[in-house]
Amino acid sequence: MIARKIKKNLLLVGEISQLFKEFVHCLYTRPFYLGRLYEQIIHLGMGSISITLVIGLVTGMVMTLQFGYGLEKFGGTLYVPAIVSLSIVRELAPIFTSLLVAGRIGSGISAEIGAMNVTQQIDAIRALGTSPVRVLVVPRVLATIISLPLLGTLSAFMGIVGGLIIAYTEFSMPVGFYVNKILTNVQVMDIVGSMFKCAFFGLVISLLACYRGFQTTEGTKGVGDAAIWVVVRTSTIILISDFFLTKILLLLFG
Amino acid sequence: MEKLLEIKNLTKKFDEKEVHSGVNFTLFKGETIGLLGNSGTGKSVLLRSLIGLEEIDSGEIYYRHHRIDQLKEPELVQVRTKVSYSFQNGALFDSISVFENVAYPLFEHTKLSEKEIESKVMEILGLVNMVEAKDLMPSDLSGGMQKRVGLARSMALNPEVLLYDEPTAGLDPVNVELVLSIMNEFKKRGFSGIFVTHDIPAAKKICDRLLILKDGKIYFDGKVNDFENSSDPFIKSFSSSV
Repeated sequence: MIARKIKKNLLLVGEISQLFKEFVHCLYTRPFYLGRLYEQIIHLGMGSISITLVIGLVTGMVMTLQFGYGLEKFGGTLYVPAIVSLSIVRELAPIFTSLLVAGRIGSGISAEIGAMNVTQQIDAIRALGTSPVRVLVVPRVLATIISLPLLGTLSAFMGIVGGLIIAYTEFSMPVGFYVNKILTNVQVMDIVGSMFKCAFFGLVISLLACYRGFQTTEGTKGVGDAAIWVVVRTSTIILISDFFLTKILLLLFG
Repeated sequence: MEKLLEIKNLTKKFDEKEVHSGVNFTLFKGETIGLLGNSGTGKSVLLRSLIGLEEIDSGEIYYRHHRIDQLKEPELVQVRTKVSYSFQNGALFDSISVFENVAYPLFEHTKLSEKEIESKVMEILGLVNMVEAKDLMPSDLSGGMQKRVGLARSMALNPEVLLYDEPTAGLDPVNVELVLSIMNEFKKRGFSGIFVTHDIPAAKKICDRLLILKDGKIYFDGKVNDFENSSDPFIKSFSSSV
C-alpha cells in the first residue's frame, strides 16, 4: 500500500518534470506565441488586481491593529511600522497573493485545460500538428510567473498603505515618521526576495494546473476534481516551500 | 497503386484488455475505405493510432513507406499536416470563432498572408456550406454544423489522407446526406480517406473498400460488392443487424 503510494507520487513528480522540460524547450525554440502570452497576462494577471488590492490593504490594517495594541502595552508602538512592513513584504504579501492566485488562477487553468481535454480539443491541437505545451502551457506559465511577482509587490504596497492608515488613525503616528521607518527598514533585497518567491510560486501553481488539466478524465466531474486537486496541492506546496525559500533568502541576504 | 498508409501487425492493449491483436491493412492513393465493426472493437482507437494520438504496443505504421509509429511528437508534425483527423464531435476550439478554427492550421503551418488565409477559409467554409456561420462561436452551432466545421478545419491544409471518426453519428438524415456529400466532394478532389462508422449504407455510398474489425483483427477486407454478396455468417448478420 505504502510502496504503491510512493510509486504513484514518484510517477507524478516524473511526469511534472517532463512537462517542465518540454516547457523549457519551448522557451528557446520557435514558434513563439507572444499574442497568447499578452492575452494570458491580461486575463490572469489584470483580472486578479482588484482582489489583490483588497487583500493587501486589509492584511496591513489588521496586522497594524494587532501589533499596535499588542506592543502598546510595552511601549513598543514605534516598532510597528518596521515589524508590519517587513512581515508584509517578506512573507504575508507573497504567501497571501500566491494562495489567492492558486485558488483563482490555478483552478481556472486546470478547469479550462481539463474541459478542453475531455472535449478532445487537446487532441485536436495535436492532430493539427501543433504542440499543446507550446500553445497552452507556455503562455499560461509565463503569464503567471510574470504577473504574480507584480501582484505580490502591489499587495505589499497596499499592505503598507493599510498599515499607515491604521497607524495614523488609531495610534496617532505621524505619516512622515511611518514612511521614514518603512524606507529605512525595507531593503531592495526584501522586495527582490519577495518577487522571487512569487515567481517560484507562480511556476508551481501554473505548471501543476496545466499538468492536472492534461490528466483530466471523466467529463465534468473530472474537471471539478482537477480544480480541487490543484488548489489543495499548490497551497500545500506553497506553504511548505516558503519555509525553505525563506531560509535560503535569509542565508543569502540576511 | 501507390500505398499511402500501411499498417502491419498492429497491437494495442488497455490494461489487460487486448483491443488490437495484429491489425493489417493498406490505404492506397485516391481510395476511401470504410472501417466497420461492433461498438468497442477499437475502430476509433485504430484511427487515432494512425497519427500517433494513441501509442501502439507493437507493429508498424508506414506513411508513404516511411515508418511513423516510432516518431516523437515534434517529428509527427509533418505527418499530421498530410494525414488529417476529423473528430467525432468536431472538437472545435470553443474560445475562438468558426472562422478562426478553420484558419488555425493555416496560420500555424503556412506563410500565407492574412488576406490569402481569409480567402482560403471562405472557400473551405463554402464547401461545407458554413459561410454564414463564420463569426459564430462553436457553442452557437448545432452538432451537425460543428461536424461540418470540423471537416472544414481538417481539410484546410490540403492533406493527402482524411481520417473521419464517425462523421455521421447522431445526425438527422438531412445532415447525414450533407456530410456525405461533403465527403464525396473531398473524394472527387483526390483526398484519400478512412471512414470509421456504424452507418453501413453511408459507408457503401462513399467507400471503395470496406474493412471489418472483429476480435482485434481485420476480419473482412474487400469491395462493397464482396461485402454485400458475402456468404460468411458473421458478415451477413453484421450487415443485417446494423
